[in-house]
Order: sequence, then C-alpha cells, then structure tokens
Amino acid sequence: MGWINIVIQGMLVGGLYALFATGLSLIFGVMRLVNIAHGDLIIGAAYLAYTVIQLTGLHPLASLVVVVPAAAAFGYGLQLGILNRTLDKDILPPLLVTFGLSVIIQNALLEIYSADSRKLNAGSLEIGSFSLVPGIDIGYFPLLTFLSAIAVVWALQVLLFHSPAGRAFRAVSDDPEVSQLMGCDNRRVYAWAMALSMAVVAMAGVFLAVRANFDPFMGPSRLIFGFEAVIIGGLGNLWGTLAGGIILGVAQAVGAQIDPGWQVLAGHLVFLVILAVRPQGLFPRGVT
Amino acid sequence: MSTHHVTRSTMLSRFALVTAIALVVLLAAAPAWASTATLRLIGEVMIYLALASLWNLLAGYTGLVSVGQQAYVGFGGYMLFTLAIHAGMHPLAAIPAAGIAAALVSIPVAKLVFRLNGAYFAIGTWVVAEVFRLVFAQMSSLGGGSGSSLPITIMKEMAGSKAMRESLIYWAALMLGVGSVAFVYMLLRSRIGLALTAIRDSETASLSLGIAIPRIKLAVYVCVSAATAMVGSLIFLQKLRIAPDAAFSVNDWTVLVIFMVVIGGIGTIEGPIIGTILFFILREFLADLGSIYLMILGVLAIVIMVISPKGIWGLVSDRLGISLLPVGYRVETREDLR
Repeated sequence: MGWINIVIQGMLVGGLYALFATGLSLIFGVMRLVNIAHGDLIIGAAYLAYTVIQLTGLHPLASLVVVVPAAAAFGYGLQLGILNRTLDKDILPPLLVTFGLSVIIQNALLEIYSADSRKLNAGSLEIGSFSLVPGIDIGYFPLLTFLSAIAVVWALQVLLFHSPAGRAFRAVSDDPEVSQLMGCDNRRVYAWAMALSMAVVAMAGVFLAVRANFDPFMGPSRLIFGFEAVIIGGLGNLWGTLAGGIILGVAQAVGAQIDPGWQVLAGHLVFLVILAVRPQGLFPRGVT
Repeated sequence: MSTHHVTRSTMLSRFALVTAIALVVLLAAAPAWASTATLRLIGEVMIYLALASLWNLLAGYTGLVSVGQQAYVGFGGYMLFTLAIHAGMHPLAAIPAAGIAAALVSIPVAKLVFRLNGAYFAIGTWVVAEVFRLVFAQMSSLGGGSGSSLPITIMKEMAGSKAMRESLIYWAALMLGVGSVAFVYMLLRSRIGLALTAIRDSETASLSLGIAIPRIKLAVYVCVSAATAMVGSLIFLQKLRIAPDAAFSVNDWTVLVIFMVVIGGIGTIEGPIIGTILFFILREFLADLGSIYLMILGVLAIVIMVISPKGIWGLVSDRLGISLLPVGYRVETREDLR
C-alpha cells in the first residue's frame, strides 16, 4: 500500500508540474518561442498573489480573480512591446531576451520582497484530506490542483479546436506567412497566445505558493520541471504534457522515497532516459 | 593599371595583431610590475575572457546556445580536486587532465542534448548541469553537499612561496584567456571556420555541399567543453575550496558570461573581449548596487538584442566597416607600380 500511496501523491504533484508546462507548451506551439523566464513569471505571479492577499485579505483561490487577468494583460503587453520584435528565423534573440528578463525578474523580486521565503495560507482547504482506502489519504488541495490541471488542458483543447481564436492560433502556427495573407494579424495572435500562457502561469503560481514555500530564485527549477514535462509528453500535445507532468511527479516521489537527495535527480534522470530512448516524447504531436 | 588580389588582413588588423601581441607580453610580465590585487583582477578578467570566447564559439558561431556550461566549469573544478587530493597529481598538471576528462564526458552528453533543437537544447544543457550538481553533491568522498578544501600541503608542493603560487596561477589564467581567444580566431580562419560560417548562413545548402554538420558541431562542443573544464579547474585551484552550489552556479559561470558576449557582440571575435572589459569596468562602479547591477545588465542585454543583435562591436564594425581580427577574405586593389 505504501508504494501505491507514493505513486498517487506523485501523480497529484504532477498536476502542478503540468500547469507549469502547459503555458510553455502553448507558446512554443503557436510561435516556436521558448520562454526562459517562464519559471520566474510563475514565481512573479505567486508574489503578486501574495501582495493582493496582503492588501485585501482575500483567500488565495479568490486572489486568482485579480492575478489571472493581471498576468494575462502583462503577457499581452510583453509580447506586443518586446517579444514580437525578436521573433524571426534566428532563435537567438528571443532566447536571450527572455533570459535577460529572467534575471531582471529574479532580482526585482529580491529587491522588493527580500530573500525570505513566503507561503500563501489557504486555511482548512490546505490541510484537509479524505481517505480513499485505508492507507491512502488524498489532500483536498493537491486534488484540486490536479483537477485544475485537467480542466486547463481540456479548456485549451476546446479553445484550440472548436473556436475561431483557436483556428487563428493553429493557422499562425502552421504557416505564419499564409495566415497573414488570409487576414490574420500575427502579432496580435501571438500576443493573445502569450496572454493565455500567462493566465495559466498565474494559476500555476498561486497553486505552487499554497503548496510550498517560495522565494525569488525558485523560477529556473520550475522552468526545468515544466520543460521536462513538455519533452516527456511529446512536443505539441497538451494531453501529452499533462501525462509528462504526472510521470515527472511520480518519478520525483519515488526518488524521494529511495533517498531524499534523489527527489529532483530522479526526475531529471527519467527525463534523460526518455530523451535517450524516445526523443520525440511518449505522445508526440498527433494534434494541435 | 591596377591589380586585384585576395587578402585576409588589412593595415588595421595587422596593427591590431601587433598591439595584441605587445599587450600579451606586457601582461605576461605583470607579476614583475603589478600588485597582488591587480594580478588577481587581471587573472579574473582572463578567466571570464576565456569563458566568454568559448561560449561565443558555441552559441554565436555553431548555433549551440548552451545555458549549461557551468556543468563543465564545476566538473573541471571537481576533477582537479580529485586528481590532486586522491591521485596525488601536481595541480597544474591536473588542469589539462581535467580538460581531457571533460572531453570524454562531453561526448555522451552531446549525444543526448543534441537531440533537442534550438531553445530546447538550451534548457536541456541546463538539466545536464543540474544533474552534475546533484550527483557531485551525493559524492561523500568529495565532501558531498558541503564541499571540500584543497590541503595546504598540495599548494606548498606547487611552489614554495606564496608570491610564486600567485604568479603561477596568474600565468595559467593568462594562458587560458589568451589561448581561448587565439583558439577561436585560428579555428575560424581554418576550414572548420569556413564550414561553421556556411552552416550559420544556410544549414541546408552547406549540407548539400557535403559539410558533415553533426560531426563539426560535436567536435566544437567537445573542444569547448574541455577548455571550459580547464578554466573551471583553474578557478577552483585559485579559490582553494569547492562546493556543488558554487561549482555549478548558473549565475556565475553562465549568466554573466552570456551578458558579456551579448553586450559585446555575439558571433564576433572582438565582441567577447569588449564585453568582458566593459563588464569589469561596470562592475567597478556598480557592484555596490548588488541585485540592481544584475538588473541593469539584464536590461542592457535586452535592449541590445532588440536594437542591435550583433552587440556593441557589431554596431561599430558595421558603421566603420572595420575588423580587428578578421576571419574572412577581402579583395584588395593595388596600383601597379610598373
């Protein structure tokens, strides 16, 4: 029963990793942009939620009402103001610009909030759990995180495949030049994609901040977890990304059980093994 | 009547080369004229010059944008400690040995990370560096997470006096700094350099002309990894202490280096030199600002990438049409004297 419990808890954490990964996967799919600052933006959203809660006394989940639109607006502006200028055949400029952004966000957070680690308090939701079968307890909050990840992936799938906006995303992804000829304003489409990615980032940030302590320098490792989930699941497949997050979560949980020092390492090793034996990921792009 | 002939140098570049050689001679004599503090500063500049030139070769010329070069800096440092402490090797001899070890390790690493393209390659190399850090943190013979120190007896074996030790480490840093720039310069002037330029301009066309792209990329990656590890081993020989977090620090060994190259001019030989010097000048004035200093560097890097992706040197050389260390060919017209 012990191992089953570990795997289940790992799967639930994997939901959070899938949230880290979904935004990354989405913008890569639409505009082939890899946002190095992705993890730092997640932590930035966590701090924004922290400030909102300090000012208003809202519940962390209620703070999403403020944090999600704010993050989306920021993403829209970031894309229109800076990132669109760097998108070209050459991958170097967007990579280095988001790299610079990553360093700026980390140090800005350090200046504003100091290096102390913080946490968002979700009260009874955070500590409550129910017993699935004897020996396996499911926490309400990890379960909520997991279900939110499924809901986000499902909603994005519906948006991408059953809406005019999704058609524009896919058109721009397939052929930016032709879609522009057909009347798409690519720059705005990219900006909307980034806004959507940042909305997911905001959710990931708040869920992360309730689950564990966070500090200004946690971003890069969240980026790496998200990235590993994307590659394990297979590029361009959002359900695959969810599966990748779950696999990563389980690998880390099992690794931690063997030796606490092995938690993160086990996740990296599973990623490297999959890269070695199946570089296209477990569920490569069939759709999207 | 005039004749045309192809040349690789200009009056300016010959002048630059002579000046550079004179400067290197002057720097080699630094232990005779500089204070210990100056010697250490120049040594540090040389170490970053080496890291910047090597990263530039990888990212600017070969298209391998690695964010994981700290893997080799830390690996080199740990190799030096292992060879000096556990194998009784002379520390200076351990530097090239660490380079060879890193070259061997970098081959399987390359086989893995080369499966990732472009920006995903960048994060993949970062994961590898994290794996290195976590693995070395698990090795109890090397001090585990808290690290280990180089015993003073080993340092005494290297040279009797403190001044001589300082000088030896300085000369090693100078060799690696100047050597890296010279290596990149010579490589780019060779056939491999021509191939790299062709790959940069059009991968498809160069493939169809028979350039073995994967082999060339692998060769560059292995050479850069080996040299980076040699630099890393020297860094920790000077520090006398190594711990996983410092050895595999992404900020110290990769972030700063990327900023230097981007600000100076990526994909140019002069760029990393200018970027490194500018970085140290800025640091003299702004280091007290701490994290704000890093934010300024970040903003500078973004502005340069958006406005002039070839950095400060790209801006200068485009405007003036000059090149101090040219790697290409140009046609010169000369008046015939007959």
